[in-house]
Amino acid sequence: MSLASTGTTSAREGLLAHARHIVTENPVTGLAFGLFALFVLTALIGHLIVPIDPLVSDTAAALQPPSARHWFGTDQLGRDIFARVVVATRLDMVIAISSVALVFFAGGLAGLAAGYFGGWTDRIIGRICDTIMAFPLFVLAMGIVAALGNTVTNIVIATAIINFPLYARVARAEANIRREAGFVQAARLCGNSEIRILLTQVAPNILPIMMVQVSLTMGYAILNAAGLSFIGLGVRPPTPEWGIMVAEGASFIVSGEWWIAFFPGVTLMLAVFCFNLLGDGLRDLVDPQRRL
Amino acid sequence: MLKQIAGRLATALPSLVGVVIVTFLLTRVLPGDAAAYFAGPAATPEAVAQIRAQLGLDQPLIVQFLAYVKDLATGNLGTSLTTGQPVLDDIRARLPASAELTLLGLLISVAVAVPLGVLAAVRQGSWIDHLCRVVATAGVSLPVFFTGLLLVYVFYFKLGWAPAPLGRLDFFYSAPPTLTGFYLVDSLAAGEFELFRAAWSQIWLPAVTLAIFSLAPITRMTRASMLSVLAADFVRTARASGLKPSKVVMGYAFRNALLPVITTLGMVFSFLLGANVLVEKVFAWPGIGSYAIEALITSDFAPVQGFVLAMAVLYVLLNLAIDILYGLVDPRVRLDA
Repeated sequence: MSLASTGTTSAREGLLAHARHIVTENPVTGLAFGLFALFVLTALIGHLIVPIDPLVSDTAAALQPPSARHWFGTDQLGRDIFARVVVATRLDMVIAISSVALVFFAGGLAGLAAGYFGGWTDRIIGRICDTIMAFPLFVLAMGIVAALGNTVTNIVIATAIINFPLYARVARAEANIRREAGFVQAARLCGNSEIRILLTQVAPNILPIMMVQVSLTMGYAILNAAGLSFIGLGVRPPTPEWGIMVAEGASFIVSGEWWIAFFPGVTLMLAVFCFNLLGDGLRDLVDPQRRL
Repeated sequence: MLKQIAGRLATALPSLVGVVIVTFLLTRVLPGDAAAYFAGPAATPEAVAQIRAQLGLDQPLIVQFLAYVKDLATGNLGTSLTTGQPVLDDIRARLPASAELTLLGLLISVAVAVPLGVLAAVRQGSWIDHLCRVVATAGVSLPVFFTGLLLVYVFYFKLGWAPAPLGRLDFFYSAPPTLTGFYLVDSLAAGEFELFRAAWSQIWLPAVTLAIFSLAPITRMTRASMLSVLAADFVRTARASGLKPSKVVMGYAFRNALLPVITTLGMVFSFLLGANVLVEKVFAWPGIGSYAIEALITSDFAPVQGFVLAMAVLYVLLNLAIDILYGLVDPRVRLDA
C-alpha cells in the first residue's frame, strides 16, 4: 500500500492516513459514514423536528398518497407517515444498539475467557455457542420472546442471545493467539493476576476486531428486531417502529396504497445497508487482509 | 461409507441434546405461573394447585425434564388451544407447504448465485463482478418481508402477473392427491397440468422472495472460493499444459471451489428457515411459520414450542445432510474420517 508508513510516522498518524486513504479510495464508505451520522442525528432530535405529531390521527385525511403536506403520505388512520418514520428511528436504534452492546460485553468477555484460559471454560462456552447455533437464529429469537414475554426488552435480549456465538468465537480466536504473546508474558512476570492481564492487556488488543464485529452485526440486529415486530412481537401499536409500520401497510399493498409500507421499509433497508457498508469499511481499516 | 454416516450421526447427537434442553428451558421460563395460566383467571388457589400437580410443575426440575423427554419420545408436543389438534399433527400437516417453498427458493437462488459468482471470479473487475458485489451487499440489507411486499405490489397490483398473495392454491382448485405433500410434484404425478400451473403461479413469487434473500451469501462465497482456487498451483499447471480455459474453469477449478459453497449452505439454511416465517406471513402461506405466528398472537404456547423444536431438529438434520454430502463430494474428507 502506497501510504504505508515511511518509518518516521508514528502508528497513530499511519492509522489516520490509512483511514483517509480508505475513505477517499472508496467513496461508498464515506457515504455510509454520512448516512450513519444522519441516522444518529435523527434518532437524537427527530421527535423535535417533525412538523406533525406521529400519533395524532386525522381520519378525514386517511390513506392519502405522498403530497407537499404529507411527504410520505398518510396511513389508514390519517397519521403522517413521514413523522412516524422519523420518530421510529430512535426506537429502532435503541433496540439495535442496546442488544449489540449487551452481546459485546457478554459474548466478548465469555470469548476472552474461553480463549485465554482454555480447558473447561473453553469447553463450556464452546458448547453453549454450538447449542445456540443449532437453531435457525430467527426462530430461536421468536421462541425466546414467546417464552420471556412479549416486550421490547425481551427483543433486545433475544437479539443479543442469537448473536452471542459470533462475538464469543471472534473474541476466543483473538484471545487464544495472544495468550502466550510477549507482552502477556511480560505482564505475567511483573506479577499481574491472570484476570488483570486478561482485562488490561488482552482485551484492549482485540478491541478493534470486536468493533468491526459490532458494526457488521448492527445491521443484522436491526433486521432481526424489525422482523420480530413485523410478526407482532415486542413493539405494540400505536408506537411507531419500522417493522410494525411495514406490517400495518402490508394489507394495503394489494389494493395499491404502497406508501404506507414502502417508506418505513426503505428507511429500514437504508439503515441496514449503511451499517453493512460501515462494517466493510471498518474491516478494511482494521484488517486489510480480510478484504473481499 | 455407512460407518461414516453413522459417525456423522453421532456428531449431531450433542446438538440434538442441546436443542432439547433449550426448548425445555424455554417452556419453564414462561411468563407468570403456567398453572395459573392454564387454570384460567377465575380459578381458586386449590384449583391452581391441582393443575400444578396435574402438569407435574410441583416436581423437581430434573423430574420435569425427564417427563418432557418422555413426551417428546412418544411424539406428544401438547395440544394447540386454537386448533384443538395435537401440535405434532398440525406441524406434520403444514410442514410440506413450508418445505416446498423453502426448497424451491433455495433452488432458484443456487441456480442464479453459483453462475454469477463463478463469472464474477473469472472476469474479476468486469461489470459482472460489480453486479455481484452490489447483489451481495444489497441482498443482505433487504428485509425479506419488505422485498416480498414490493414484489407483490409490482407483480400483482401493477403488472397482474401473479395472483393475490393468498396461500398455496386459488380457491377454485382442490389440492392434488397427497404423495409428497409438495403440490408441484403431486400435481405432476397425478398428471394434472392445469393444477400444476395454478400451484406454480402461487408459489413463484414467495420463492423468488426467498431466493433474493439467500442470493447474497451464496454469490459471495462462490466468488471468493473460485478466486482462491483460480490462484492455486494446480490451476496454473492445468493452464500451462494447454488445456482449454473452459475445461480449466469448469473441470478443475469449479469442482474444488464447490466445497466451501456447500459448507455455506448450512448458514444459508439458518437464514432461510427464519426468513421463511416472514415470507409465509406476507403471502398467507399455510406453512408452519404462519402457524407459529398465529399461535404467538393468541399466546398459545404449545404450538410455538413445537415449532421451535421442529425447526431446530430440521436444521440439525439439514446440517447433517450437508456434512454427508460434503463427504461424498470431497474424497479427502472421506479418507480423514
